Amino acid sequence: MIYFDKVTKMYRDGSPGLEDVTLSISPKEFVSIVGHSGAGKTTLLKMLLAEDTPTEGNVYFEETDVHSLPKHALHHYRRKIGMVFQDFRLIPNKTAYENIAFAMEAAGRPDDEIASDVPYILDLVDLGSKGGHFPHQLSGGEQQRVAIGRAIVNQPDVIVADEPTGNLDPVNTYEIVEILKKINELGTTVLITTHNKGVVDAMGKRVITMERGRITRDDAHGQYIL
Amino acid sequence: MFTTFRRIFSAGSQSFARSGLVSFATVLIMTATLIIIGTLILLSAVLSNTLAAIENKVDINVYFTTDAGESDIMSVKSSLEKLPAVAQVTYTSREDALAQFRARHSDDQLTLAALDQLGENPLGASLAVKATDPSKYASIVNFLSDGSNISGGSSIIERVNYYQNKTVIDRLTAAISATQKAGLAIVLLFAIASIIIAFATVRLAIYSARDEIAVMRLVGASNAFIRGPFIVAGIIGGVISAVITLLLFYPATWYAGRSLSDWLGGFNLFTYYTGHFAFIFFVLVGSGVLLGGIASFVAVRRYLRI
Repeated sequence: MIYFDKVTKMYRDGSPGLEDVTLSISPKEFVSIVGHSGAGKTTLLKMLLAEDTPTEGNVYFEETDVHSLPKHALHHYRRKIGMVFQDFRLIPNKTAYENIAFAMEAAGRPDDEIASDVPYILDLVDLGSKGGHFPHQLSGGEQQRVAIGRAIVNQPDVIVADEPTGNLDPVNTYEIVEILKKINELGTTVLITTHNKGVVDAMGKRVITMERGRITRDDAHGQYIL
Repeated sequence: MFTTFRRIFSAGSQSFARSGLVSFATVLIMTATLIIIGTLILLSAVLSNTLAAIENKVDINVYFTTDAGESDIMSVKSSLEKLPAVAQVTYTSREDALAQFRARHSDDQLTLAALDQLGENPLGASLAVKATDPSKYASIVNFLSDGSNISGGSSIIERVNYYQNKTVIDRLTAAISATQKAGLAIVLLFAIASIIIAFATVRLAIYSARDEIAVMRLVGASNAFIRGPFIVAGIIGGVISAVITLLLFYPATWYAGRSLSDWLGGFNLFTYYTGHFAFIFFVLVGSGVLLGGIASFVAVRRYLRI
């Protein structure tokens, strides 16, 4: 469903972000991408989201060449992918409820669906009673759960999580991983990047290891080896 | 379509209300800008009114000899009134002229005593002629100096004071129009400067929301859906600023009108403001809406290029 075909990204200063990356991800997979900082994990995700363009090669999502999409069609494409970030990236002057509702409003979903889906999603991420809280009134783990709620509310085909547990303590990390696992079991492809050995080893799923912009390992039931 | 519009509107008003301090600063700056624009309107009204008042004061007086018959003078008056360039002709008889002279010199005993010594009335009758336009005076004077137009001949006219006043009138007119232009240019400069500052403030406000804009894009919002609420918030700020400005002008013009009215030749700013309220309202609210809307539109565009 996601296919990277010999993707190379050279930065303007000449340093490579990605070098000749070929990678295929099937539907309903749970894939962890591991590697040191600067190994190219985030660049890889940026290519997938069309936030940045490759110097060479193509990225396909289903049958579409992502980087050939015109600008005005990008937001339709991005609705197929739910994004979760290390720094949560919630909209600060919107409540937890409104942050999740925003993704639905942006997708043009009708009011009655929003009214019924948002509370359901809040319950799913265990924040049923905190819908009226603003991001600054929530803990890091709670904010990340709101972000996950926002990512899944439009029922995307893929959830992409860039270091989702990077700013969280072990207890919250465990909860976030459990939620992501549950989402994956419900049929959504999940792609996460992480530094956290515990997270990867506990998962027992496919692990892709990156070093200096290249893929050095790709194990179907991998461990965190660096 | 309607749902999208409603969502954009409610998101815009919500974000305006929630970003309290930033909204407050924007409103403050926009209010300052609108006050300057409003002042521009009032100033141009004051200047053109003063110019009109002075032009209105310009007239020529035709003095007749003391032996000119009243019927001759009346026929001159009626033939002048027939000219298209003439707006108004006022007759002052010899007796009236004397009464006015006495009244003017009522505390000058020496002059009055001299007048009494004279025994008879030394003053001639006169006609005050007002033209429709200051530039028409020359043609009126030409008409009068041509004896064939006047029953009793041009000999009954002692003098026409046009030539004496002409230079003063011309200078005054030039001075006023120069002041008008300079004043408007300065205020226009202020207006442009404050519009730029207002733009910069709105941009700064949106700069603080740039991460938010990036997130909205990544969540799959269309550009219009992201931009809309910012424009709505900008327009709300503009309308609030316009209303504040209109309210501030109320006591300001009342006070200015009361204290400056004599100095401005009877022109009352407050009467002008209330009389032209609809016009000023539309200019200020329109400027506020455009200022807020366009500034937000331009500012958000920068951060939509992800």
